[in-house]
Amino acid sequence: MASGYSAKEEDGHHSGALGPAGGAAVRSRKPDNTAFKQQRLPAWQPILTAGTVLPAFFIIGLLFIPIGIGLYVTSNNIRELQIDYTGTESSSPCFACSQNYSWNMTTPCVCSVSFSLDQPFESNVFMYYGLSNFYQNHRRYVKSRDDSQLNGNLNSLKEPSKECEPYRTNDGKPIAPCGAIANSLFNDTLALYYNDPNGTETQIQLVKRGIAWWTDKHVKFRNPVGDDSNLTAIFQGTAKPVNWQKPVYELDSDPENNGFINEDLIVWMRTAALPTFRKLYRIIEKNSSTSPTLPRGNYTLKITYNYPVRSFEGRKRMILSTISWMGGKNPFLGIAYITVGSICFFLGVVLLIIHHKYGSRSSSADLTH
Amino acid sequence: RRGEERRGEGGAVAGRERHYADNKIKTTKYTLLSFLPKNLFEQFHRFANVYFVFIALLNFVPALSAFQPELSLAPVLFILSVTAIKDLWEDYRRHRSDKEINHMDCLVYSRAQRGYVEKYWKEVRVGDFIRLRCNEILPADVLLLSSSDPDHLCHIETATLDGETNLKQRQVVRSFIDLVSDCEFDPLKYSSIIECEKPNNDLNRFRGYIIHRSGRRDGLYKENLLLRGCTIRNTEEAVGIVIYAGHETKAMLNNNGPRYKRSKLERQMNVDVFWCVVILLVMCLFSAIGHGLWLFQYGDKRPIFDVLSPEGTDLSPALSAIYLFLTMVIVFQVLIPISLFVSIEIVKICQVYIIHQDVDLYDEETDSHLQCRALNITEDLGQMQYIFSDKTGTLTENKMVFRRCTVAGVEYSHDANARRLAMYQELDSEEEECTSHGGTLPRRDSGASHQSGRVVLRSHSTKSHRRTGSRAEAKRASILSKHTAFSSPMEKDITPDPQLLDKVNECSSQLEYMRYHRQPLSQLPSELSDVLDFFIALTICNTVVVSSPNQPRQKVRMRFELKSPVKTIEDFIKRFTPSRLTSGSNSSSSSSLATSRSVPRASSSLLPSPSADGTLVRLQEEHTADAPEGILRPSVLDTGGATGPPEEGELRYEAESPDEAALVYAARAYKCALAGRLPDQVTVELPHLGKLAFELLHTLGFDSTRKRMSVVVRHPLTDQITVYTKGADSVIMDLIGPPAADDTKGKRQRKILYKTQNYLNQYAADGLRTLCIAKKVLSKEDYEIWLKSHLAAETAIHGREELLFESALRLETNLHLLGATGIEDRLQDGVPETIASLRKAGLQIWVLTGDKQETAINIAYACKLLDPEEEIITLNADSQEACAVLLEESLHYIQSKFLCNTPEPSNRAFEDDFTAFHAPGLPSPASTPFLIHQLGLVIDGKTLAYALEKSLEDRFLAVARSCRSVLCCRSTPLQKSMVVKLVRNKLKVMTLAIGDGANDVSMIQVADVGVGISGQEGMQAVMASDFALPRFQYLQKLLLVHGHWCYSRLANMILYFFYKNAMIVALIFWYQFYCGFSGSVMIDQWFLIFFNLMFSAFPQLITGTLDKDVSAETLQDLPQLYMNGQNSEEYKPYMFWMNMIDAFFQSLVCFFIPYFAYADSDVDLFTWGTPITSLALFTILLHLGIETKTWTWLNWASIAFSIGLFFSVALCYHSSCPTCFSPSNPYWTMQRLLGDPLFYLICVITPVSALLPRYFYRACQGSLFPSAVQVGRQLDKSPPEARRSILSQSKASLGGPFSVRPAHYPFPGVFYNHSAEGHVSCRRKDSVKCSTQNVTEKGAGGNRSPGRDILDTKQGSSSQRGPTPSEAGTLPYSNPDSSAPSGPEDHLHTDPLLDPSNWAEPAVPFAQPECVPLTDSPPASTLLRPTGVERGGPQSCVPQRLGLKEGGTPRHNQVHNEDTSKESSYQTTLL
Repeated sequence: MASGYSAKEEDGHHSGALGPAGGAAVRSRKPDNTAFKQQRLPAWQPILTAGTVLPAFFIIGLLFIPIGIGLYVTSNNIRELQIDYTGTESSSPCFACSQNYSWNMTTPCVCSVSFSLDQPFESNVFMYYGLSNFYQNHRRYVKSRDDSQLNGNLNSLKEPSKECEPYRTNDGKPIAPCGAIANSLFNDTLALYYNDPNGTETQIQLVKRGIAWWTDKHVKFRNPVGDDSNLTAIFQGTAKPVNWQKPVYELDSDPENNGFINEDLIVWMRTAALPTFRKLYRIIEKNSSTSPTLPRGNYTLKITYNYPVRSFEGRKRMILSTISWMGGKNPFLGIAYITVGSICFFLGVVLLIIHHKYGSRSSSADLTH
Repeated sequence: RRGEERRGEGGAVAGRERHYADNKIKTTKYTLLSFLPKNLFEQFHRFANVYFVFIALLNFVPALSAFQPELSLAPVLFILSVTAIKDLWEDYRRHRSDKEINHMDCLVYSRAQRGYVEKYWKEVRVGDFIRLRCNEILPADVLLLSSSDPDHLCHIETATLDGETNLKQRQVVRSFIDLVSDCEFDPLKYSSIIECEKPNNDLNRFRGYIIHRSGRRDGLYKENLLLRGCTIRNTEEAVGIVIYAGHETKAMLNNNGPRYKRSKLERQMNVDVFWCVVILLVMCLFSAIGHGLWLFQYGDKRPIFDVLSPEGTDLSPALSAIYLFLTMVIVFQVLIPISLFVSIEIVKICQVYIIHQDVDLYDEETDSHLQCRALNITEDLGQMQYIFSDKTGTLTENKMVFRRCTVAGVEYSHDANARRLAMYQELDSEEEECTSHGGTLPRRDSGASHQSGRVVLRSHSTKSHRRTGSRAEAKRASILSKHTAFSSPMEKDITPDPQLLDKVNECSSQLEYMRYHRQPLSQLPSELSDVLDFFIALTICNTVVVSSPNQPRQKVRMRFELKSPVKTIEDFIKRFTPSRLTSGSNSSSSSSLATSRSVPRASSSLLPSPSADGTLVRLQEEHTADAPEGILRPSVLDTGGATGPPEEGELRYEAESPDEAALVYAARAYKCALAGRLPDQVTVELPHLGKLAFELLHTLGFDSTRKRMSVVVRHPLTDQITVYTKGADSVIMDLIGPPAADDTKGKRQRKILYKTQNYLNQYAADGLRTLCIAKKVLSKEDYEIWLKSHLAAETAIHGREELLFESALRLETNLHLLGATGIEDRLQDGVPETIASLRKAGLQIWVLTGDKQETAINIAYACKLLDPEEEIITLNADSQEACAVLLEESLHYIQSKFLCNTPEPSNRAFEDDFTAFHAPGLPSPASTPFLIHQLGLVIDGKTLAYALEKSLEDRFLAVARSCRSVLCCRSTPLQKSMVVKLVRNKLKVMTLAIGDGANDVSMIQVADVGVGISGQEGMQAVMASDFALPRFQYLQKLLLVHGHWCYSRLANMILYFFYKNAMIVALIFWYQFYCGFSGSVMIDQWFLIFFNLMFSAFPQLITGTLDKDVSAETLQDLPQLYMNGQNSEEYKPYMFWMNMIDAFFQSLVCFFIPYFAYADSDVDLFTWGTPITSLALFTILLHLGIETKTWTWLNWASIAFSIGLFFSVALCYHSSCPTCFSPSNPYWTMQRLLGDPLFYLICVITPVSALLPRYFYRACQGSLFPSAVQVGRQLDKSPPEARRSILSQSKASLGGPFSVRPAHYPFPGVFYNHSAEGHVSCRRKDSVKCSTQNVTEKGAGGNRSPGRDILDTKQGSSSQRGPTPSEAGTLPYSNPDSSAPSGPEDHLHTDPLLDPSNWAEPAVPFAQPECVPLTDSPPASTLLRPTGVERGGPQSCVPQRLGLKEGGTPRHNQVHNEDTSKESSYQTTLL
């Protein structure tokens, strides 16, 4: 799409040469005859008409439809299972547990949900818990945290940020971790059992490490480092968040997954974008290459039901899913590509018709019509 | 008026002038300390800034805060600091120049040292005596006390004040002339008190007294005051006392900064900014209510994510909602385009720079550019609808060329001179073609064959230096000698008329004869004496200053007598007593002694002086040696006496107005040369008589009310007191005294009067400026009586101007007519083409001129403003009632004539309801009942005054609007501005006023855009203007190209800004539905804040500065494209809303594609928000890409830069600090996203689908209903041949995309000729009232046509038309709009003469500029001959057919065209 300005450039030089010969003696105020100053920069001047944009539409159409099909197929190959265990209906196993509003129950309420898999889950299975209607993106909620406390800053540990109010101190002691996000940590415990056809229940190994971002685990979140390596000692003088049953240093027995670097905490602290979200809970790793990670059959999900959602009409789900290169199961993008591609193709056809009908009376006809 | 006392007693008395400003100037606004508070204070006067600071402060309230409070200050601080830096820079520059000025040196008298010492300007105090030397600049306003000039004069150049380069004379305070006439002025002896008025900014007024110790009081006038900033010239030394210093000087008080105008586009934009505020508030309210409801649904059951207030208390839904409202105001603040204001300023500065740099707007002859004086209304240039133009100096060159004259009733046509002038034109065109000018000289010589030897000689002598005569060369030469105004060879070399030359020679020989026979001058035949007086009057009745070129700016000293003008009665008595000669010569300088004693006296009946030796004998002594050959008898003697008068013909005349110079040069051609001018004396060199000194008693300067000037001199030949008056013919003719009772003489006088009037009419019809020359001889007694009152008037303090005016009126009566002159004011290059092109662009052009009607009309014809085909309505009325009737008549006439063509019922209504047409806004052309007809309106100043009355202005506008061209003659500056104001306010149109003189200043200031021509007539117009052009011609490119570009660039940029901000804000708004309307933002606050300032700022600036929708060539070839801006087609109100809707659509796409793509996933807030930000950026940039018409490498670079900047900033930002930037804390987000295929997939599909509708719409629009601009763009791309044929065809097209305003049919004449017959005649009411409403122009004395009323003129013009003039004249123009666009095609088919090749013919004149000479336009000259007078009455409405039409210009053009190929016509249109 080159421009045809060369002739005009010549014109410019020509007129420049006509200038006063004595220009050297008296500095003329004549403007420089440069392409920029005279606005003659070489330029591409696209004109949008049916004829010119036609190829673009067809190209987009032809590119998008295959991509969309590919995405759709990929998404469809992902296995996913969702189990809602909120227990709002009286018939559901967790109904009794769900009636509880309170956070601090002395006796844990356990319920179990049975389900069956029709098809085996072949590769690594990711276990999520899903919450609905939970506005983790609420403006004041999102702000209610102290990143430097979570990063192991001792000052912040004792003196948490004001953003944490009103979950900053409890009984005069600073809360660790402070803020509303930490305070509302999801505290249901999920356990998965495979019901062998022979009747035995085998608990499925759930990996609790590696569910958080690597940078979060290793850079953003750090336990405070004190004189002694004992977390209990370091967190001495802090209070546990109001809604927690255990203090932060008792979240896990594994010292690499305890305190602020507990991955469940880290995952929770990454506030979800939308009110319906899922968060990675555990990973079920594929053990052998021969057998599927989760074979067909019946399973039982045992839930230690702690997390009240009735106050906000929330739902709780357990999701088992395999993932592909493009993440979890989501057919939307495939459909979107196919749709947009088809629309482009269709519009391309429309433009082709327009071009054939009206394009012939192109510029010259336009001027005289 | 309260005066102010200014004592001057030398610098010693410091304490007493404490209350006067010192001379240190400080134009800076700030000091180091005050800069910050003061600048901020000023910036907060802008409402927008206050608003943004308010928002930033809101953010500091914890309950509301949406962003980090510090961060939210960033944009405000950015905007404020950009402005502050700009202000600081400007202030620093001012400071530097102040410092420079303050430290200039000048000589100040010091009492301590009893002498003048050098001091800095800033140390000068009021009351100091300063000594000024030649070429020094005045440090303060100084009262002139002494001058080394023997005449007690001081010449100053006021170029820095008003740009006028001619010298002005200033005089020493009168009492000091007597006081220190001989010796040096001694400040120690000074002991007077000066009382003067308070400092004011009126450059032309200064009043005060000087009170001497003796108690004597003397008036002080502006002639005594030297103003700061002027340069002393021609005076070796002057001493003065400082009156006003520093900031109290008139120059400083006049120094007001640039005006701030608000462009139409900006006004429109502000409306939409207001709508943005409304949208913002609606969105905030919606969110607040939503939040309240959302909270309300939870009732008492507090969800855990609803965080309690910091105090741990619960917020009620209502209170939360109120808080949230304010929070949302902060969050959505981007919707109010904070950076838009800054961006617009930046873009406008760039645009101004680019316009300034345009080489096409550079005038080589004067080495001047276009100047943009107003920085913020560039886009208004693209939206003009009405142009109000001055005539003289704007359309014409203001180069006055003497053309012909009539003396004593005999006309001297100066044919040779006319031929000479014609040759300049030929030379001009020749010069363009070939550089070798071998052919020029012979031709020139042949043209000048019978000229006197001098002219031929001259042409040879100049040949070596410059190509003779060509106009461009002449101008170039005049640049070289820049100091002399109005002196190109064309103006200087006047070829005398042989007949008149004979008379002059006869006259001189008679004088010669009489001299020997000692006959009194009165015996000279009256015709010859008239000739003599005529030339004397031409020579001396002016204010021309003579200087010699060898010593530029050195006054030619040629003194015969030293005497100041008569100032007192004693003076008068002293001078007019018999002893006068001896006493008078006392003070004469040695060099002039010889001649001063020999002041010749021809016999004088009135003053029987004892020095009756005043015969002509002695005159012989005064012959100059270098008197030209060709005069009957070579000179005998030359006593010279004068200090080296240079050889004849080399004197330079510096005139304040060019016509004065023209007359002086004309007189010189007849050997009656002005040799020197002093305030009290004019020296004239006459053939055979040598140098004559006229004692100049009074000069009654020109003013626009009197329209004449007079000089009172003592005639050296007769010793009579003679008044020479020169002025506009209308006034002079009224002042001519009644013919003597004596039969033969009276008869002759009557005859002369009659003849002169006829010739005057003829001159005017030829487009010449006419001046009448008259004289009057005063008896001594009469003079004494008059002098008394005049002196009283001169010394009066109060109302001096009025008294002087009356005094002049008393003197200028009973004049004796000598003759009249016709001066041609030549049209500027390319004026007709420019006007034609501007008119095709849909601009209404009105010419407002002070000239008389006939001259104006003829210039209007010459520059194609009026068309010979056009009917002309002339409005000349005597009274308010007559004016009302006339307007009514015209309305009826227009209505009845054009009614059938405008079927809209509203047309019928407008007569009853005049308010109908000032409905707000300009109605779209299709709906307006006021089609512009083929009518011209001519109105004179007096009628204009009536028409501008409140009661009539609506009717006047109704008439004027329907006319294609309007010509207001004889209008005063005030009327000019009133007309502009009226049109601007009532019609709500954009007006442009263009002019060059001081009389255009008010008009220029009133108009939306004022354009000054930086020509010769001073700089006042330029100073008042927004743009200053070197030539009228450049208006075409300025408006059609730059105006169009600036407008479309800015309009598109503003729309884009609104879109961009709305799109970002809408993204956040949609999110509110998914975060409980809590004011949460998924776009990182840093990105959000800097999105406008950094990431998306550059591409739009580049596009806003450089985008060209259509190339300059096409814009000029197709002026119709300008209507795009006139009709505001780039930015209509609905476009704002369309953009808003598009923005909301695009944001929906940009929001929901990521929404669904990430629905129910483990994505966190900012990992989800960052892709949205990125794809919003892509979408916004691609959107700009669709709207960009011209892609240069700068566009590509800026887009690449924007994207690069975003990602690099994001990557840095996201890896910099793991714990900072609460709450988003986006550590490593972008890095993770870049590894996520989903991110890329979204980034591809979202912009594509978001922009799909717009892209598709643009493509369809381009194919199905392309706008004129788009067609123009296609034309740009088409190959040259296609382009050529299209262009030539487009001239024929009517209903096509260009004829937005169908009434503007560009080539009426031809079209009408061939197509009119084909149309069904419309039922014209033939009974146009033709009542003989003879409303004659008052003051049209003598035998001027009495019946030049409206109907006659109508008749006169219609008589040139075809058989059915009125129907035919209108149909073609109204047809296209009522019929389908296929109309013109019909024409094309039905009429073979409308073949496109014929349509190129109007381009022919382009090829030969000025091929239609002023005088040779037959329709023009016939039109005004009062043919209707004889017929008169109703029957004059019967259409008359004149043969003229057939042989007229159009046919001629056609013939011409047949041998002009398409090729050449194409090329010429490109010019």
